[in-house]
Amino acid sequence: MKDSHYDVAIIGAGMSGLAAGIRLAHFGRKVCIFERHNAPGGLNSFYSIAGRKYDVGLHALTNYVAPGVKGTPLGKLLRQLRIDREEFALRPQKQSRIAFRDCSLKFTNDFAVLEAEIAEKFPAQADGWRSLVLAVKAYDDVSLDAKPLSARKVISHHLTDPLLIDMIFCPLMYYGSAQERDMEFGQFVIMFKALLLEGFARPLDGVRVIIRVLLEKFRHAGGERRMKCGVAHIIEEHARASRLVLDDGSEITAGQVISSIGFAETMKLCAPPQTSAAEQNTGKLSYAETISVYNRQPAEWGWGDDTIIFFNDSDRFDYSQARQPVDLRSGVICLPNNFDYGSEQLPEGIFRVTSLANYDLWAHLPEEIYQAEKRRWFGEITRSARRFLPPVDDAVLTTSQLATDMFTPRTIRKFTGHLNGAIYGAPQKIRNGRTHLENLYLCGTDQGFLGIIGAMLSGISMANFHVLQGSAGRS
Amino acid sequence: MTKDNCKKLVIDIISDIAPDEDLTAIKPEIRLRDQLQLDSMDFLDIVMELRKRHGIEVPEADYGQLASLESCAEYLTPKFVAKA
Repeated sequence: MKDSHYDVAIIGAGMSGLAAGIRLAHFGRKVCIFERHNAPGGLNSFYSIAGRKYDVGLHALTNYVAPGVKGTPLGKLLRQLRIDREEFALRPQKQSRIAFRDCSLKFTNDFAVLEAEIAEKFPAQADGWRSLVLAVKAYDDVSLDAKPLSARKVISHHLTDPLLIDMIFCPLMYYGSAQERDMEFGQFVIMFKALLLEGFARPLDGVRVIIRVLLEKFRHAGGERRMKCGVAHIIEEHARASRLVLDDGSEITAGQVISSIGFAETMKLCAPPQTSAAEQNTGKLSYAETISVYNRQPAEWGWGDDTIIFFNDSDRFDYSQARQPVDLRSGVICLPNNFDYGSEQLPEGIFRVTSLANYDLWAHLPEEIYQAEKRRWFGEITRSARRFLPPVDDAVLTTSQLATDMFTPRTIRKFTGHLNGAIYGAPQKIRNGRTHLENLYLCGTDQGFLGIIGAMLSGISMANFHVLQGSAGRS
Repeated sequence: MTKDNCKKLVIDIISDIAPDEDLTAIKPEIRLRDQLQLDSMDFLDIVMELRKRHGIEVPEADYGQLASLESCAEYLTPKFVAKA
């Protein structure tokens, strides 16, 4: 296999790796994506159990804007990948909520709704809110060399009410922060725009629609993909990634290597390994998620309005590593039935709940205890979330229930390879994607563009910046 | 290859890169950036599509020559002719 040479090798067939691959193959690079699993999608994937299809990762595609709105990440992504908007078949959310013990803020894909809610519930913060929104809009969040700033510090110049500050941080952290208690301001801006200034949408058939479009574009552009074929080592010679050793022991070479598997995960593949660099920047925030499938539509229980609910019942919202297996104080509810599918609807009711969870407390349980703990926490998580929904009798839910599933930090580790099951990767992002090796770059979660649109833009940006741009005008 | 043909080829490229833009009323003398929402990523794509489709190379120092449809035609037509 010594003759397997590529212009560019990409590690990982998630959203960012596929997007990078499409760009490179479209412009004639010989490119191959190496994926350890049999399914593409990475953190955002799908699976079937007993003939029933499940999404994992994606609650909602963020950064949604209506057709005709230009200059936002969604539009850039569609142009760069030559995707027709209709191919994603996005259906907008109805409405969502940030629900704290004594206060609730409704928001939709129309930012004016949130602004009116804040004006009504936090009148004393109105001026500060306006100045924060202006600061967010003015910030260059896609800069590849911005200095890191504490979002808490920046926000304290605008807002003073700790409840409002917590309520704004809650959705932004849950949907993308790898850092405890604070966010880098650039990350805050990306998420603020993605969730609040732009909005949520989803294809009727879920994340698989998006992955299929990406796979088809990649194939059509001439890209090659090797599934169930991970990269075991990145061999360093003369400060370059000279060869990749694959899981099956064979070797390939590539002019450039783009890794989407995470910073620490990539550093550990390097031979010699960059152990201390990896250890200094490994994430530890992980999640558990429950999925309940019902033979009724949630609307029949009065659960028909909210698409996503970010909830918290502690005095201060505390986004940090869970001290128990699951931190029940806060979480996110997703009701995929509550996107506006027009005359269509999902055939079954789906109720998903995500909460912070502790990797170490799940990682080493013997299988039998692990299964028992999953059952126990499944009940705890769903009960915790139901406090923020109109009440429904336990018996009604039980008799309507068709299936359940649950993932834990251990599941995330197994299927994504992320150390500690760290869902959003490393706390410090590497915006320019550079590593200690001159032809090895990062894209995806640890490059730092967030959400699935962000992940795809990350792959695009790194492919452009490190591979295509340098040679665009070269004769 | 006439300048008009050249303009058409450039419009073909832009319509593939930015299918959401209305290209029917482009004024050739006015900068593309002032009539269409095109960012630096889109301009990079125009350069790369020129090479991919037509084998035309535009060095970075000459990117300014692609500002308007007219200046594109002025700059690119001799390159197309040389290729033919």
